[in-house]
Amino acid sequence: MPAAKRAQLPTPAAAGNRFRRNRLAGSSTVLLAVLLAIGLTTLPLSLRWYNVQSLDKAVRESPAGHAVVPYETYARELDHAKAGSWTMSAAPIAHRASSWMGHDDLGRSLLYRLWPGFLVSLVVGSAAALIAVVIGVTWGAVAGLAGGRTDAIMMRIVDVLYSLPYILMVILLKIALTRPLTALLGGRTAYADVLILLVAIGGVSWLTMARVVRGQVLSLREQAFVEASRAAGAGKLFILRRHLLPNLVGPVMACATLVVPQAILQEAFLSYLGIGVQQPLPSLGRLAADGVQAVNTFVGYWWLIVFPCGLLVITLLALNFIGDGLRDAFDPKSTAQTLA
Amino acid sequence: MIRLIARRLILGLVTLACVYTLTFLMVITVPGNPFRQSERNMPPEAERALRVRYSMDNNWKYFFQFLGGAVALDFGPAFTYNDWTCNQIIAEALPVSAAIGFLAILIAVLVGVPAGVISAVRRNSWVDVSVLGLVLLGISLPTFVTGTALLIVFAVCFHLAPIGGWGTFAHLPLPAITLSLPFIAYIARLTRAGMLDVLSSDFIRTARAKGASHRRVVWKHALKVAFLPVLSFLGPATAQAMTGSFVVEKVFGIPGLGQHFVNAALNLDPGLIMSTVLVFSALLIALNLFVDVLYAWVDPRISEAL
Repeated sequence: MPAAKRAQLPTPAAAGNRFRRNRLAGSSTVLLAVLLAIGLTTLPLSLRWYNVQSLDKAVRESPAGHAVVPYETYARELDHAKAGSWTMSAAPIAHRASSWMGHDDLGRSLLYRLWPGFLVSLVVGSAAALIAVVIGVTWGAVAGLAGGRTDAIMMRIVDVLYSLPYILMVILLKIALTRPLTALLGGRTAYADVLILLVAIGGVSWLTMARVVRGQVLSLREQAFVEASRAAGAGKLFILRRHLLPNLVGPVMACATLVVPQAILQEAFLSYLGIGVQQPLPSLGRLAADGVQAVNTFVGYWWLIVFPCGLLVITLLALNFIGDGLRDAFDPKSTAQTLA
Repeated sequence: MIRLIARRLILGLVTLACVYTLTFLMVITVPGNPFRQSERNMPPEAERALRVRYSMDNNWKYFFQFLGGAVALDFGPAFTYNDWTCNQIIAEALPVSAAIGFLAILIAVLVGVPAGVISAVRRNSWVDVSVLGLVLLGISLPTFVTGTALLIVFAVCFHLAPIGGWGTFAHLPLPAITLSLPFIAYIARLTRAGMLDVLSSDFIRTARAKGASHRRVVWKHALKVAFLPVLSFLGPATAQAMTGSFVVEKVFGIPGLGQHFVNAALNLDPGLIMSTVLVFSALLIALNLFVDVLYAWVDPRISEAL
């Protein structure tokens, strides 16, 4: 390969500089950090209250007309109609903040479900991305390094897996993993559920990662410094550890950041099907799916959909902007642009 | 060119065979049983009789019987829909999904490409950021939210479209728009990246130097090259859109194919799982081939690389 044709790879430091100059990605990072801080600092409060029902706040349609009324009014109107045959249950929550974002149909405070839901979504997304990184990097690096026949076969397998409908695969994987993983965790179904979910999502998200890593390894192998190292007698493992892995960090990070929002959306889809995060645990997708159901029966319950979806949109936009910023920063073509 | 197509066709058939084997392996190893979906306990004799009837008493026998049927385009009975064959189900649902999916891809190209071009030309301005943000909303909201929102605004509030169902042309736009939103996002992103790449290249500078107008340079010279990545994305995207989306079908009450992917997997219906997977994969491979041929026709340099 002639030297002129080699694309210059940006060094990690140069890429870092370029990422910092990207205002959109920078402000997204700050925003996400602030959201994360809010979620983590309010975690003790949310853990105490996220599953507490105050039945007097549970919204339902007024029996008198089509307006949203708190349970109190509902009960009073019902009282009126049934001449005092109704007893109201006691209200356990005496928190002012709990009603800032309203309550759901079971009388749980949306505020205290929103932030743990945000954290659950982020955990599911990042863990799925991590699984995708582990499988994808291993697969892509081995294929790229081995080359020849092994490479061809491994990439054909990726092609075959690409031509499977991924929704069906997530569901089948989830069904297949349920029994072994629950047994592995000693029957603690609550943990097993989340674990199965993210293994299933991660298990279908590594394909793009494998392709990116293989491409990167192939182009790195031709770089002058790797050639020099090989000429000096370095072994394959040494080259992998010393030259390839450090240069893979950037593109892999960019790719992984873009897997997170996809995984969060996939969890939302599974929640909509009823096989995502299980009640009473909230996730942004679960809350949005429940909100859609509530709004479908009565449009007046707007807050049940507006707040979860608002936070979901902000989170996913921020993650997408960060991922795009990282990809641009580590793109060899953008080096050529700044040099030109 | 003919040799290229022939080679790719053979490769496609091999891929299809691998897909079939893999799906079959998953179906028979997944725990659960299509004959035990009801609450009632089935006597073992009855289950054995059912297994014999559907030739599921022996995995090898079932493997080859289904394969033989699939080659003749006969996918056999659906287990969880009594008296329906998989062929009937697909023949009923695929045209519906294909119509919506095709329209969705058309919308996605017509909106996504201009959005990407505008965003690239006005790089890093507020126009770029707002177009990109607006377009990325399509992959920042789950489809069940966007679909429901469109339904509430256009059908419930303004009575511009029927609330759901299938049968007239008025039923088409809302589901197609809902389905197109994620594709718009991807296409706009690809176009933007491609345009940024092309706009800094030498032949664009030459075109400008020769006095071509800004509009002509951007929309004719540059877009022609920047559209190529979008073209290769359109293969898999069209296959995915045309095989339906569970969520869109559920929100709008449409009898499409997407629901069968999900229901077949949830019910562990082996016949329906394998036939839907094969239809999807075959469509994907065919469209990828079509796109590659188109690609080679647009850019003759490529056909040697293939």
